[in-house]
Amino acid sequence: MVTQQEIDKEIAELAGRVTPGGHPPRLYPPYRSSILRSPRQPLTLVTDPDAIELWTPVFGTGDVAGLDADLTVRHSGEPIGERITVSGRVTDRDGRPVRNQLVEIWQANAAGRYVHRREQHPAPLDPNFTGAGRALTDANGDYRFTTIKPGPYPWGNHVNAWRPAHIHFSLFGTAFTQRLVTQMYFPGDPLFAYDPIFQAVTDPAAQQRLIAVYDHDRSVPEYSLGFRFDIVLDGPSATYFEEDHQ
Amino acid sequence: MSELASEPRSAARTPTAPTGVGEGSPVLEPTPSQTVGPFFGYALPFPGGPDLAPAGHPDTVTVHGYVYDGEGNPIPDAILDFWQAAPDGSRTGAPGSLRVDTSSGELLGRDGVRFTGFGRVATTGDGHWALRTLPPAADAPYIAVGVFARGLLHHLYTRIYLPDAPDDALLSGLAPERRSTLRAREDATVAAGRAYRFDIRMQGDESEETVFLDFA
Repeated sequence: MVTQQEIDKEIAELAGRVTPGGHPPRLYPPYRSSILRSPRQPLTLVTDPDAIELWTPVFGTGDVAGLDADLTVRHSGEPIGERITVSGRVTDRDGRPVRNQLVEIWQANAAGRYVHRREQHPAPLDPNFTGAGRALTDANGDYRFTTIKPGPYPWGNHVNAWRPAHIHFSLFGTAFTQRLVTQMYFPGDPLFAYDPIFQAVTDPAAQQRLIAVYDHDRSVPEYSLGFRFDIVLDGPSATYFEEDHQ
Repeated sequence: MSELASEPRSAARTPTAPTGVGEGSPVLEPTPSQTVGPFFGYALPFPGGPDLAPAGHPDTVTVHGYVYDGEGNPIPDAILDFWQAAPDGSRTGAPGSLRVDTSSGELLGRDGVRFTGFGRVATTGDGHWALRTLPPAADAPYIAVGVFARGLLHHLYTRIYLPDAPDDALLSGLAPERRSTLRAREDATVAAGRAYRFDIRMQGDESEETVFLDFA
């Protein structure tokens, strides 16, 4: 397996590139699994204003219960770790809030272990923590989760590969074209420089948009530390087409 | 997003309060994509995710296939989102895909009545997936697909057209060998006239790689 030093060299060669929207290129060789799972043919442009992709799946109050947003109350006891709240606003690129839409998260526990059978990292499972949550954004596009801070964990990309602590996010917009799956990171993580998944976002300004902000005003006294993670969804919607393409 | 599609937005913009709302001048830079990773299995799939069709509906069709990488190996850790117009052409969708039990917090699956337009299926260890749905409406004659996988840093969109769907603007604009990657074919080994096979090839030459879409 390749060394961290070799991966570092590959990361350095690609660093700083500005990409559309700051999104990672689908082929990013330092992340080895991208090599055979990225297209080689150019994508095909769709400009059909009647495309179903300009509408979006809808979710309602029957799909999500209030406690689904609290990952610390799923079991009989309290999970181990630093209790945190993660909250923010989901908007499109015009700043319009994405209302009543589904936000899903999943993460490792405080020791860096996922509740997943493929995960055999020798860190303990926490019987009081599963690590998956759901919420609907409110009328302002705001969401809020209570959870524990996930730990970093090793993975098999190269020798001594470690993922920075992160929470996976899955989001829907006002159009299926605005779908987003991403990862939220924590400020000041020393592993950023070594991680080819984080570094696949090669534009430093875009990297910052993946990192939550510690927000003392959102910390709950005697209870939890507050992080803010605002999310801006890319891609057109039916509204966008109506306003700009007719 | 291709360079072409994103060209009008590529200039640096300051993420301030929106001033260009409705004027076609986006002011906020998007949150970048990251891979779904390998460990979504206890979070994203839900009971009834593959069962878009109302229970026992006589028009139900099965669409199934494999997801393959650039060497033709099945991908066991992909997850597909499906989204389509209702049979009457409605694009508005309906809630009820997930349905949570408010007493236990467990997901119940669909009520078997409402057609929500949304489905989700994770591939199994052999890279296989299967969806049970109603044929899409004639004026939106396809099932939209979002492809997510470990190793895929930014998801991909494609479409599934059943064999008798008319050629729309997208299909008409494609070379024949590319167009064929978007056509499901009848799978009589499952159910003649009721089952279709659609494989997704993440990487390959023009006749192999699935057509993936970019929205301007």
